[in-house]
Amino acid sequence: MSYDEEVLEVLKAAGLDILSCMHCGTCTGSCPSGRHAGLNTRRILRDARKNRPVLEDKDLWLCTTCYTCQERCPRGIKITDALLEIRRLAVRKGFMLPEHRRVSEMVLEYGHAVPLDEETRKKREELGLDPLPNTAQHSPEALEQVRALLRTCRFDELTAEK
Amino acid sequence: MTKLSLFLGCIVPNRYPGIENVTKLCLEKLDLDAVDLPGASCCPAPGVFKSFDKGTWLSLAARNVVISEKMERDVLTICNGCYASLADANIELKSDPEMKAQTNMCLKGIGMEYQGTVEVRHIIELLYEEIGPEKLKSYVTTPLDLKVALHYGCHLIKPTKERKLGNSENPTFFDELVEATGAESVDYTDKMMCCGAGGGVRSGHIEESLEMLEHKLACIQRAGVDCIVNACPFCHLQFDKGQLAVNEKFGTDYSIPVLHYSQLLALALGISPDKLGIEQNAVQNLEFLAKVYEINAGIR
Ligand code: SF4
Ligand code: SF4
Repeated sequence: MSYDEEVLEVLKAAGLDILSCMHCGTCTGSCPSGRHAGLNTRRILRDARKNRPVLEDKDLWLCTTCYTCQERCPRGIKITDALLEIRRLAVRKGFMLPEHRRVSEMVLEYGHAVPLDEETRKKREELGLDPLPNTAQHSPEALEQVRALLRTCRFDELTAEK
Repeated sequence: MTKLSLFLGCIVPNRYPGIENVTKLCLEKLDLDAVDLPGASCCPAPGVFKSFDKGTWLSLAARNVVISEKMERDVLTICNGCYASLADANIELKSDPEMKAQTNMCLKGIGMEYQGTVEVRHIIELLYEEIGPEKLKSYVTTPLDLKVALHYGCHLIKPTKERKLGNSENPTFFDELVEATGAESVDYTDKMMCCGAGGGVRSGHIEESLEMLEHKLACIQRAGVDCIVNACPFCHLQFDKGQLAVNEKFGTDYSIPVLHYSQLLALALGISPDKLGIEQNAVQNLEFLAKVYEINAGIR
């Protein structure tokens, strides 16, 4: 099976039916990313249906997951959920933006996608807060738990440069 | 009254600590029982982690919920993204025994087990449901003479089937909470549109993300408001830091102050403006700051 045939399989397994689409264009027309950044949601779904390549399509990552299309689709297609499912397959096949790899590395290293920096540490002090927040980043035990959990999920392997 | 643990997430404690500071002060003033959730990690951010791997997303979210389960407290989030991750994961784990078993297999390695005994709340939903705009007014000591452009943020209300907060095209509950502070929630074009940050777009496609933001800012500017109010630190970061990037990219000169609802509420509860951390924002609007201090001093 080619990668792109797998897309429909994966969607089917997740109970996401995109075959009932009636091409009304409501999804693309409602899409903030469609209006301002050229994302064509309907086209991605059509390509997926026709086994055309979508996994390496960079547009897949232009969806802000705002759920507007999913709310408005007259056929009740779970469009956003389907896009997320396709993204996850893309990642399993090694298609991932370098910026997204970096976000993953942050969580692997600090337990946070946006870790504390020196500037914010000072801001915390100015406000009279503890300079170190009471979160995983500053509890060695909690941080080790998070890292162990990520290793169990093989998240480090999944997101490593391939 | 519900017992709560305050889930901070990443952006509040690590970029906008003023929101952490005043959220705690507001909860105290409102007599809500909330304590820290020690050792909590990234929720993990739904846009990116849910796009990468479902098992990882669920496991990490479950770990955060389990810490709260052990404390026998519901999780209180102050971010739409954290809410989306933790509430959705909680719903999935409660309703899907197979997912729960798989997730618990992963959690076992760190000596944890997800039970499904607590709820995940969002501060806006909690204030609306448990206090309500009318009663909230009785706590207000400093009614705010401010015009506000309210940004709900997508994941507070969508997907509507899971959120159960009503219609996503024309909601009013958050506006009612804003108006309870005395401020006016001004209608503007494309009010319900996304800020453009979510889904990994801000990190992965910054130029396109700023295109969306510029449109929102233009609509808000036309409405003639004093500030933007949100309930999501990621939208907050996009509107605040992103505003400077938009000015650079498009040659605009936006200077619209950005406040989390906790910060707006804090002002109305008479908390001193210097506790808010708005002076630490990227956008520095001195006129607005002066106004806020005048309101607090009762000379406006
Ligand atoms: S809104 Fe639904 S039915 Fe219409 S084009 Fe999009 S996916 Fe198809
Ligand atoms: S969820 Fe994604 S594809 Fe759907 S309208 Fe929002 S940005 Fe567009």
